Amino acid sequence: MPTLETTFAGIPCINPFWLASAPPTNCGEQVMRAFDEGWGGAVWKTIGEPITNVSSRYSSIDWNGQRMMGLNNIELISDRPIEVNLREIAEVKRRYPKHVVIASLMVESKRHAWHEIVQRAEDAGADGLELNFGCPHGMSERGMGSAVGQVPEYCGQITEWVKEKARTPVIIKLTPNISDIRMPARAAKQAGADALSAINTINSITSIDLDTLEPRPNVDGKSSHGGYCGPAVKPIALNMVQQVMSDPQAALPMSGIGGIGSWQDAAEFILLGAGTVQVCTAVMHYGYRIVEDMADGLLAWMRKKGYESPDDFRGLSLPRVTDWKYLNLNYKIVARIHADKCIGCELCYTACWDGAHQCIHLDRALPEPNTSRTPDMVAAESRSRISTTPIAKLDLNGAGETGPYLTPLSRIPRVDEHECVGCNLCSLVCPVPNCITMERVDEGLVPETWEERVSAGAVTQGSRHSNPNL
Amino acid sequence: MSESTNFYEQAPDAPEIAASFPDLHPPFNKTAALTEANRCLYCFDAPCTAACPTHIDVPRFIKKIASENLEGSARTILDANILGASCARACPVDVLCEGACVMHRYNAQPIAIARLQRFAMDALHESGAPLPFSPGTDTGKSVALIGGGPASLACAAELRRRGIGADIFDARPLPGGLNTYGIAEYKLPLAESLREIDMLSQLGVHFHFNVTVDAKKLAELEASHDAVFLGLGLGAIHKLGIAGEELTGVTNALDYIADYKSGKITSAPERVAIIGAGNTAIDAANAAARLGASEVHMVYRRGPEQMSAFAYEYEHAKQEGVKFLWHTKPVGIGGTDKVEVLHLVKLESSSDGSLVPKSGEDFQLPVDLVILAIGQATHSEFLLENKARLERGRVLIDRATGQTSNPKYFAGGDCTNGGREVVDAVADGKRAGIGIAAWLEGQHANA
Repeated sequence: MPTLETTFAGIPCINPFWLASAPPTNCGEQVMRAFDEGWGGAVWKTIGEPITNVSSRYSSIDWNGQRMMGLNNIELISDRPIEVNLREIAEVKRRYPKHVVIASLMVESKRHAWHEIVQRAEDAGADGLELNFGCPHGMSERGMGSAVGQVPEYCGQITEWVKEKARTPVIIKLTPNISDIRMPARAAKQAGADALSAINTINSITSIDLDTLEPRPNVDGKSSHGGYCGPAVKPIALNMVQQVMSDPQAALPMSGIGGIGSWQDAAEFILLGAGTVQVCTAVMHYGYRIVEDMADGLLAWMRKKGYESPDDFRGLSLPRVTDWKYLNLNYKIVARIHADKCIGCELCYTACWDGAHQCIHLDRALPEPNTSRTPDMVAAESRSRISTTPIAKLDLNGAGETGPYLTPLSRIPRVDEHECVGCNLCSLVCPVPNCITMERVDEGLVPETWEERVSAGAVTQGSRHSNPNL
Repeated sequence: MSESTNFYEQAPDAPEIAASFPDLHPPFNKTAALTEANRCLYCFDAPCTAACPTHIDVPRFIKKIASENLEGSARTILDANILGASCARACPVDVLCEGACVMHRYNAQPIAIARLQRFAMDALHESGAPLPFSPGTDTGKSVALIGGGPASLACAAELRRRGIGADIFDARPLPGGLNTYGIAEYKLPLAESLREIDMLSQLGVHFHFNVTVDAKKLAELEASHDAVFLGLGLGAIHKLGIAGEELTGVTNALDYIADYKSGKITSAPERVAIIGAGNTAIDAANAAARLGASEVHMVYRRGPEQMSAFAYEYEHAKQEGVKFLWHTKPVGIGGTDKVEVLHLVKLESSSDGSLVPKSGEDFQLPVDLVILAIGQATHSEFLLENKARLERGRVLIDRATGQTSNPKYFAGGDCTNGGREVVDAVADGKRAGIGIAAWLEGQHANA
């Protein structure tokens, strides 16, 4: 039987599912209910000198009828007194000794202030410390949060101060609002950090009310840039986690954050090197109960793949992310449309013509292939063909057409494989699973990369504008 | 003569009818409409658009609902089908747009196109916004349209958008023909048909009611107008030609439906028999059941496989409690002052395929009301003698333009196709409107 137990920077974890430092970890009562539902750990809502919040605080992006594809917030750190938070941490740890409680901390950038808060958090029983160098709104205007995380030197300095005092593992939470996330990660590692977490939220303006012209979330007619999170940010988070984890000067135990809401999301972060994953938006949307399927689904997948613990597959996909110049230029795939699955929506056709390489054609019912008919011509022919009323008792497969497939042959697109560049677009827009597959075509060529072509002198290398920071 | 009147307010007030005939397909609320609109795949060269006789750009109007551009959605519908509101309710969408939806082959749940269309049209009506089209610049030409049903209305709208005058002549006191008087109230309430015509009338259509056009009148109209459009529809329902047909308590489906829709009938007697098994017969049978009849029988000389009603209409009738007497033919209607009994005989196929009475299988069905629904006669012959060519009573037209053998005469709807859907009539009228405009332009150019 596989297990979800793991160890993160020396902290034993009953599973890799942690709640991120956010509203779901605002108080002890919440955290204990979350642990009852199955969460393995919680990063406490950032503790610091209490702040005053505004109302309202959140806004979101809906997509095609689905709510909260992306969420934005302008809430600050905990608005509760430090001693109340610490007392509740102690209480939670007393009742849930096997669960992980990480104290997220943010104080002004002074050595004694950090020493003091570290001491108090550890005295309360926190298993580890997460330094919030990522909060992109409000706190950054006061020289904290991402104002620290965006400057590697500050990041390193405060990490050093904290490490002078800390007895528990120190996790640095990174901001994505920076051009190269490896820079602060390297600084943190150099300063002795034990682990990293990434990403914090992304600067954003979610939307504007088209009646009032006021941006959201609306605070008395105005808004401020907020932190973007939720399913929409996952690809950005995965990229940044990979960037850090593939960099030997930056890589440390990583707690992955960003748009995680399912076991698949969690598996992907772990495959790119994350030791634990942190969740916020999905819990804000659906509640703590989502962890049940995250655990259940991940275990089922592990059983199927033969993994005994998350350690068995952690980072396995990292070597498969590389620079473009190392990709095989002689690898060739083409789209194949499986006519028996095609429903005739022709989305692949319009996508290929307008958004790709004009190599999908609607000519299967014609006497011979015709690659010169444009979508406009197809639509015009269609309109002219139906100038009279269709028959009342239509069969359900279209205007009385028959053919070997459920969909009339005239509506099943054909890929011109000689012209197909293997871009994937048609298979991405196709609503039917496995209807369009991308198939390898063996052209008998040995693998060759751009780098190899340059080395062999086959192509001229342009001037090297590499990142001076690296 | 009236122009752009408020027909909606002239709808008879019949609360009993409204109570007995609630919407068969209740309207979407906004959330449901948006959810459904988002399900649409937005097919290229969409089969639903091809299946619609008026070729409404279905994916386009649905995506406009999803983006909450309801005004644009309604305009997209009306641009292709000026009677988009009634078609959204009256169309047999299972065999048209929704029947062609690719989702049948995806998750077997076609997009609810009709209900989405109704949502967009209802929103337009509720907004109080005017028709999103204006009449064209006046050309000085005018067309006489005979019959005020869907074909003529659609034709008139196309003509007005091109600056051609439209005079509609109808025998009834209100416009709309079968759209107003002939569609089951739970699909399309009479008042809704009128509301839609009010909107269409904003284009400046001239209505002439209670006018029966005979050969003499037709000659007058031909002389006074630049073209004539025939949207005559069909004539009376056929008679059975059996004894007792003249008794009180024997009626026909069209009169029955028109009478209950206009509130003249608000209840049905105990026992009702409908002769026939087409869609109109089913409308009449369901109506009798809803008006309070406890026993409704449909009598048909063939079996369920041969009935001309759509399968879903048959299912609906069964749900309403209608019973079916298959392979049965009426041979007489009995009663002293009024109808009391229907004399029936079972039929079987003979060796040559014709239906013959089974010997000894005649029986009686006690009834209080007999409704005939065995198809409509055409009534174009006498009117059009020497005017335009007919074939089996139908006016022959060029499908693309609606032009008859007489170039000044155009036609569309039931009088040309033998009796089909409202949307077919609208499509005919639309093509004829465009055809007339093109023809008039050609005349002008050649003059």
